[in-house]
Amino acid sequence: MEQEKRANGGNEGMDVRHVALLARLALTDEDAELFRGQMADIVGFVRKIGELNIEGIEPTTHAHRVENVFREDEPAPGLDRATALANAPEQAQGLFLTPRIVE
Amino acid sequence: MTYEARIGLEVHVQLKTRSKMFCACSAEFGDEPNTRVCPVCLGYPGAMPAMNREAVELTALTGLMVGAQVAPLSVFARKSYFYPDMPKNYQISQYDRPLCIGGAVAIEWEGREKLVGLTRIHLEEDVGKSSHFGTSSGVDFNRAGIPLMEIVTEPVLTAPEEADAFLQALRQMVRYAGVSDGNMERGNIRCDANCSVRLRGETALGAKTEIKNLNTFKGVLAALRYEIRRQQDVLAAGGRVAMETRRWDGETGTTASMRSKEEAHDYRYFPEPDLMPVAMAPEQLAALQARIPELPRARRERFCRDYGLPAYDSEVLAADKAVADFFDETARVSDNPKAVSNWMMTEVLAKLAETGRTLAETPVAPRQLAELIALVDRGQINMPTAKSLFATMFDKGGDPVALVEQEGLAQVSSADDIGAWARQAVEENPKSVADYRSGKKAALQFLVGQVMRRSRGRAHPQKAAEALEELLKG
Ligand SMILES: [Zn+2]
Repeated sequence: MEQEKRANGGNEGMDVRHVALLARLALTDEDAELFRGQMADIVGFVRKIGELNIEGIEPTTHAHRVENVFREDEPAPGLDRATALANAPEQAQGLFLTPRIVE
Repeated sequence: MTYEARIGLEVHVQLKTRSKMFCACSAEFGDEPNTRVCPVCLGYPGAMPAMNREAVELTALTGLMVGAQVAPLSVFARKSYFYPDMPKNYQISQYDRPLCIGGAVAIEWEGREKLVGLTRIHLEEDVGKSSHFGTSSGVDFNRAGIPLMEIVTEPVLTAPEEADAFLQALRQMVRYAGVSDGNMERGNIRCDANCSVRLRGETALGAKTEIKNLNTFKGVLAALRYEIRRQQDVLAAGGRVAMETRRWDGETGTTASMRSKEEAHDYRYFPEPDLMPVAMAPEQLAALQARIPELPRARRERFCRDYGLPAYDSEVLAADKAVADFFDETARVSDNPKAVSNWMMTEVLAKLAETGRTLAETPVAPRQLAELIALVDRGQINMPTAKSLFATMFDKGGDPVALVEQEGLAQVSSADDIGAWARQAVEENPKSVADYRSGKKAALQFLVGQVMRRSRGRAHPQKAAEALEELLKG
């Protein structure tokens, strides 16, 4: 929760470094300065909603009130393996290869 | 000073669906890596998830079985993090609006029934499976997107053995209802555990650790035993238990702190815009209610009541649904339910264990087992013959009555036949006869064996013993 407050911007604005880390972006000091201002502006725009009186209004998660959109449990073939692996930077034995995952 | 532990579990149960949670790829186990994948479960940009109705219903069904409230409105959420086995860089899960809330699972603990309260049950997708080589790791996405139900308990379990009892009861229930295969070797049930220790009598919970990587029930037991002892030692030495995530290492039998960097999670949950909320209609819930099978506990009670079985028999037979179903069908058409129970608990279960087969994979039908038992009860075959007959039925199939006729296995009780075999046995085994007459009563068993051999196992053993005793008297 502590972290969430930071990411969403408390009163002090966004922790740009933290957000960049979460997005795995390397920022220069100049980048960080530029984005800090831009992101503060964005948060400011959104904060406008806070001026509305929303008492008694249920929060919604989607713009349209549509529920229960289901697919039946029927399997169907997907991609063949060569196609699935076509974009893999590296592959072996039918697996996508990545730098060793640190456990 | 005495300490007490408080344990909460997060159990991931793989749902028994044919296709994945948000795409039509097959959810079947096995197969070559990356052959059950598509743009959705590989996380291609723009690919749209589509919700599997059966997965939602199986989760709601589980909720109904544990007396949970199936939420009137339930929402999916994106849980963002980077890990190579998670192709979208977010996992579709549920956050503040899970499918089921509350409920409890009944377990047997310290000789009594205890209700283990649940916090919630939510639905999410599995990630891929990685394997590690020298400098690289390989990822197979066949498992990515398979539906998982996460069952979260309240921190009310008091001992590792109680956690185990909960897992066993849960596994039994989901298997009974066909919600999951509950196959441990295939990773159908995986679990994380929260664990804290406090001085007995204190009301506030102690600082807890979360233990990851518990893939077997044995692992859960061992990890909790280790972790409780570790925390007690820390407290007894005047220290404080650090709130952290620890990884269980089955090889060393210890838990170790996971690097804090891995813990720096900030999942930024937000509602999944590509999936609409789920609102279970009352009719849908009523239909699911009708899908709830007779659960193990009710079944045990009925076996005792209707078939007059001892509690022990009922417990053994009801543990597995396929075994319980088979017993039920056999006992229903048999005059001797207790004999059916004995056969199930000995010959049948032994054969299944020996061959690694399931009842569905054997040719024996319940009616045939009932007939076999009736043949014994009517004295038409003796027990050793019945057992070898059952082995034939189990391996190759066949009707017991027909087999008895074909192979001439009917029990022989006629005094003439038995008398002749007994005389032969006495004549050919003077030493045993002398032993018997000098007071070694065990020698009679040997002679009975000789009669059985001569009769090719068909002689009535009791009558053979009587005939021998009569002969040896003189
Ligand atoms: Zn797929």
